[in-house]
Amino acid sequence: MPARTKYELKPGPATREAFGRALVEIGRENPAVVVCDADLSKSTMTAYFAKEFPDRFFSYGIAEANMVAQAAGMAYAGKVPFASSFSAFAVNKGFEQLRVCVAYPRANVKVVGTHSGISIGEDGPSQMSVEETSLACSLPGFVVMAPADEVSTKALVRAAAAYRGPVFIRTGRPKAPLIYNGGRRFEIGKAIELVEGTDVTIIANGLMVAEAIRASDALDQEGVSVRVLDMHTVKPLDREAIRRAAAETGAIVTAEEHMVDGGMGVRVAQVVAETQPCAMEFIGIRDTYAESGKPEELLDKYGLVARNVVAAVRRVLGRKRH
Amino acid sequence: MPKPVAELQALAKVIRRDIIEMIGTAGSGHPGGSLSAVEILVELYFEFMRIDPKNPKWPDRDRFILSKGHACPVLYSVMAEAGFCPKDELNTLRKLGSIYQGHPDIRFLPSLEASTGSLGEGLSLGLGMGLADRLDGRRCRTYVLLGDGEIQEGQVWESAMSGAFHKVDNVVAIVDYNGIQLDGFIHDIMEVKPLADKWRAFGWHTLEIDGHDFASIRKALDEAQATKGQPTCIVAHTVKGKGVSFMENNPKFHGTAPTPAEMELALKELQ
Repeated sequence: MPARTKYELKPGPATREAFGRALVEIGRENPAVVVCDADLSKSTMTAYFAKEFPDRFFSYGIAEANMVAQAAGMAYAGKVPFASSFSAFAVNKGFEQLRVCVAYPRANVKVVGTHSGISIGEDGPSQMSVEETSLACSLPGFVVMAPADEVSTKALVRAAAAYRGPVFIRTGRPKAPLIYNGGRRFEIGKAIELVEGTDVTIIANGLMVAEAIRASDALDQEGVSVRVLDMHTVKPLDREAIRRAAAETGAIVTAEEHMVDGGMGVRVAQVVAETQPCAMEFIGIRDTYAESGKPEELLDKYGLVARNVVAAVRRVLGRKRH
Repeated sequence: MPKPVAELQALAKVIRRDIIEMIGTAGSGHPGGSLSAVEILVELYFEFMRIDPKNPKWPDRDRFILSKGHACPVLYSVMAEAGFCPKDELNTLRKLGSIYQGHPDIRFLPSLEASTGSLGEGLSLGLGMGLADRLDGRRCRTYVLLGDGEIQEGQVWESAMSGAFHKVDNVVAIVDYNGIQLDGFIHDIMEVKPLADKWRAFGWHTLEIDGHDFASIRKALDEAQATKGQPTCIVAHTVKGKGVSFMENNPKFHGTAPTPAEMELALKELQ
């Protein structure tokens, strides 16, 4: 058996920072790319784009519904608009417009939410987004992604720009550990196997990917062979990777920084039920709103660290059919 | 060359008959707000807009968005009479598989500019198109028809604010000010007065006209086109149910189809 892949998880920039940088690169290559923001460009990092392409940057003030619908209008007229705000505002406040102006006519609009999950920290629940993946996935035809680090965010933002149709990408506020070094190919809807394993699979996305890797390292010490999948695309899911994980490891733990209800995990469970039923556990926010605090304190309190993933693996292994 | 008013008036009568027949045959739909907008759409589609029914997606075309999507019978009829879509299918309105869906649906009728029906969203779409057209140097213009009840939606005012801020002078908002919404008279449900002042306060060049007078509509559209540096709003005073005596100013016919007997009576009036 080949040596287990080791990840150093060195500190890296926030995924929102990677998004902002990627937008500028894409803007240089494609003059049709335009950017819309709702008074948060210094936080969503679309300010980089605004600085280099002021004519292609549109400020909408604090009015997300109008921003999303105008982005749709621009898409109908041939532009490739990226509309950005905090996830909670871009999706939740723009949801009706995402439904009727974007999803229903399948407009070529890219919505990028930053400050997703509870790791935004001190600002508290009104700014935190724990429902938006569920909302976005409920829209027919939408691609929904939650990248884990700088490299994957840049690649998936690029993939979104090249893809024709509606896309939502969720990014985060805090610095994200580096997972990829550039040697991988990122495709919409294709999960990435980060760690090979045979006893159990952890399927994670966003900042939970690093926690999944840490959990797999700890479990490896105990002789548990853990497979780790980066399910960066929540919709459409990589059904084949899920089916294989269920068939080959017989137990799955999902991990996401989102409400369990309507999140990636329950979507994975649907595929498992439809293809290869197996024992599952779900790491995520459990039917509650969080509070103010340091990101690491909140992730610990609300059960989103490696220790919680390890515990879930132990539980699922106890229920696994041998 | 402007068309003789008599010709436009004759067209308006044909459209009104279409509307009554479509909704009467469907057994459901929104006659009142369709009838109030007839002259506005006839003027746009048969005189004012630069459009080509043979090439509906011509990049330099003018665009029309029916933000008050429930009035789609007037749009379908005008588009059919103008040659964008088949006239002989108008009476399939609201039936399964029809290109004439209950609210405008671009998936079924690609020569539409947008799918609408959820109120308050069309002006944002139009402004987005206007900004894209300006970026690309196209001289086309976008016209958005809003209902007076519709402008109770908050998004309308978000879009109004942004249209003036971004100086989107290639977009024209037209408010079909017929004074009635589903539940009754606007002043009983949620007053929108002073309507023109509201648009002025939001930075729009604002005109008030008789929305059934072709010369006034034409003049207002000309003035909108000549107005630079700010978008124009045309507040068109209209009569809900215009042209059918028992539908005029009658809230019942906001969203109720005529019975077969009422349909017959209405068509007789529109001879």
